Amino acid sequence: MTAILYILLTIVLAVAIWQITSILNLKGVIATEKDNNTQGILFVAFGVFFYGLMVFSFWKYSIILLPEAASVEGERYDNLYLITMLLILFVQAITQFLLFFFAFKYRGIKGRKAFFYADSHKLEMIWTIIPSVVLAGLVLYGLSVWNDVMDTSDAENPLIIEVYAKQFQWEARYAGDDNELGLANVRNIKGINTMGVDMTDKNALDDVPVRELRLPKGRKVIFKFRSQDVLHSAYMPHFRAQMNCVPGMVTQFAFTPSMTTEEMRANEATIAKVEGINKIRAEKGEDAYEFDYLLLCNKICGSSHYNMQMKIIVEEEAEFNSWLKSQKTMAQVLQ
Amino acid sequence: MSNHHHKETFITKYVFSTDHKMISKQYLITGIFMGVIGVFMSILFRLQIAWPEESFTIIEAFLGRHQDGGVMTPDMYLALVTIHGTIMVFFVLTAGLSGTFSNLLIPLQIGARDMASGFLNMVSYWLFFLSSVIMLISLFVEAGPAAAGWTIYPPLSALPQAMPGSGLGMTLWLVSMAIFIASSLLGSLNYIVTVLNLRTVGMKMTRLPLTIWAFFVTAIIGVVSFPVLLSAALLLIFDRSFGTSFYLSDIFIQGEVLHYQGGSPVLFEHLFWFLGHPEVYIVILPAMGIVSEVLAANSRKPIFGYRAMIGSIIAIAFLSTIVWGHHMFVSGMNPFLGSVFTFTTLLIAIPSAVKSFNWLTTMWKGNLQMNTATLFSIGFVSTFITGGLTGLVLGDSALDINVHDTYFVVAHFHLVMGVSAIYGMFAGVYHWFPKMFGRMMNKTLGYWHFWITAVAAYGVFFPMHFVGLAGLPRRYYSNTAFPLFDDVADVNIVITLFAILGGASQIIFLANFFISIYKGKKAEQNPWKSNTLEWTTPVEHIHGNWPGKIPHVYRWAYDYSKPGHPEDFVVQTTPLLDGEEES
Repeated sequence: MTAILYILLTIVLAVAIWQITSILNLKGVIATEKDNNTQGILFVAFGVFFYGLMVFSFWKYSIILLPEAASVEGERYDNLYLITMLLILFVQAITQFLLFFFAFKYRGIKGRKAFFYADSHKLEMIWTIIPSVVLAGLVLYGLSVWNDVMDTSDAENPLIIEVYAKQFQWEARYAGDDNELGLANVRNIKGINTMGVDMTDKNALDDVPVRELRLPKGRKVIFKFRSQDVLHSAYMPHFRAQMNCVPGMVTQFAFTPSMTTEEMRANEATIAKVEGINKIRAEKGEDAYEFDYLLLCNKICGSSHYNMQMKIIVEEEAEFNSWLKSQKTMAQVLQ
Repeated sequence: MSNHHHKETFITKYVFSTDHKMISKQYLITGIFMGVIGVFMSILFRLQIAWPEESFTIIEAFLGRHQDGGVMTPDMYLALVTIHGTIMVFFVLTAGLSGTFSNLLIPLQIGARDMASGFLNMVSYWLFFLSSVIMLISLFVEAGPAAAGWTIYPPLSALPQAMPGSGLGMTLWLVSMAIFIASSLLGSLNYIVTVLNLRTVGMKMTRLPLTIWAFFVTAIIGVVSFPVLLSAALLLIFDRSFGTSFYLSDIFIQGEVLHYQGGSPVLFEHLFWFLGHPEVYIVILPAMGIVSEVLAANSRKPIFGYRAMIGSIIAIAFLSTIVWGHHMFVSGMNPFLGSVFTFTTLLIAIPSAVKSFNWLTTMWKGNLQMNTATLFSIGFVSTFITGGLTGLVLGDSALDINVHDTYFVVAHFHLVMGVSAIYGMFAGVYHWFPKMFGRMMNKTLGYWHFWITAVAAYGVFFPMHFVGLAGLPRRYYSNTAFPLFDDVADVNIVITLFAILGGASQIIFLANFFISIYKGKKAEQNPWKSNTLEWTTPVEHIHGNWPGKIPHVYRWAYDYSKPGHPEDFVVQTTPLLDGEEES
């Protein structure tokens, strides 16, 4: 197979070189009226290709996109995203059309003189003011969503979870009954105390270390991120959530899960996407895949950066509580 | 003044030349050489992304011990994306683009005999050459070249324990970049001084072609921001080699606690992006200048809104220094800063919009001469708009959260500054080739080059947005660890096929370029019928540019198709006619 590929490649190269040398014998160097005409028409063809590619991509690739947001904050995100995207596509469609159309319409003709038109304050005002106003609206809406996501001061009884990153895996620690995380520092790392929890801090005793992330639906979760070695980024795309994990400091992000894993599996878009994936997997003879939320690393962190993940399960609050109760606390683990 | 009689040897004429025209050619050839390497690397890692487990002879042949049976190692993958980014951003699109055209055009278009300091200009090129050599040597280091991404965030780049590329490879990267920055500063200072002091009689700042405005402002941005990267690199060298803790704190790696205490990687991010963001304008402004010039000359029309164009260049330059934080919305910095940077970032869309509409209006009712440079300029406007618009998503702190560091970002910046700047560079090469080499490039090959490149570029980067919106992070060696991304595999194959097509089509350019240097048709003095001064110099290069006196200037550079003149262009040296008003 590869042998044929290389033979083909050699033939293509040989033909290309032959063609290039024969074209070079043509001494045309400056565009003639005929060139202007051909190239103008080619710009129309390119416009068709361009819009075709856009339409094709939306038709063919929409299925691979993330399903609707699985968090309350994510719903606002999706709305802002939709508005921004519509605006982008609107401006894109018009400006690119004008560009390709002008290239065709005003292709050079011998003897015609171009229109001497150097300036128009009115026009320039129009395309300064309109973008300014539109952008002002976008900024205001964007900032309101941003503040909404980042400001956790009014959260009632949030669940506090520490997410801990290292090359190349994730760990987590729930704050326990007191809902306060015990202090921690890498200098305390020893044996099975892999997150360096400070056991002299009484808040630490009831903390619950886990290797699998479970979240309750409908309760705000405040994540505290730490890293022990290099930068990592905790990326939870289905919840529209991301924050870097920085050695030497604690960073924070919060969201309220709004769909359990089961509900997301029953979501129409998810079903279609999973079907598509399983078709591909079946062809390759791989096991069927079932949808799960994921935490991925999204900041280059070393050789296995591409495989640093943790499963996230969202469930009803009662189920979640009984699961958390069944887990061992730090005090129990370290005994 | 023009008739220097000292003898030129081969060394002083072709190697350690102080003539800006020769230095410009040296920059261009070095830039093209580095560009070939950078593009070739991208083809290698695109093969890996599309067919992660497949064995390739080409990988086996080129990657030596960094591959296993024709499949590259994860560390080599990261090294390739890192060096690809570094080479393309700095060596091709900064030195290759600015170095070539600032050197060629500043003296010629302002009516000067050479740069303010020919010697500094020569030193600048040779420092750039030295830094290129060191960067290339780093590819052959035992443990591999730097691999922490072109942004080299510590602690990954600071600790050899964290990845193999952070050993000697990273040291060489830093040394190379330090020399590169010195080169860039010498060049920039020279450009600024030359534009300010050596303009010919009558060449007011408001009569300068937009190319010169762009190069001038670019040089100012470089002088303001590159030293900050130098300081960031120096502090990183201290952390790596002398045990300081500027960027490092509380680190436990490979079973041991390191002594570092009190530093922060976020400091590095601030310092890096204080250069890093202006850097994208260092890359794109010269391309904008070139496109403005080429579009006006080939539309046979004045550039629309000359003063607004200058205003936008200055506005973009100013704003570019206060938007760096939009690379750091999820870095852990205070969310309030995120709000501020969202505001400043979206402000920069306004001058960008003004420029785009002005280019469109320049074409409107023109008489477009479809030379190859024109095609690339129109291509530039197209990719700049497409790439610029998705900036509205990334510059908005709220929306950035979920697409940050995904392929959406990769698609965005490749279109808006990668492809666009390369198009600008190609437009410049095709347009000023006759000035550089006294011969013309072949137009048929130019057309083939443009159309294949244009189709391939959109074929690569348009679908890539969708890969990002599917949530796939960039810099993943393979996404086979996630069944979630199995359906992205097909898109990745399409992208890679277009990438190979686009990469291969550059051979057409290389052939056209190098053969035309020797075999191209002899150029006329003013082949494109332009107004600017460089076309008043003789085709054969002479030291000092003009054989007699330097020309005087009586009008701006854009009197194309001006009523009352017989021809559709009026060279800047033409005095105003009786009763003619200056435009």
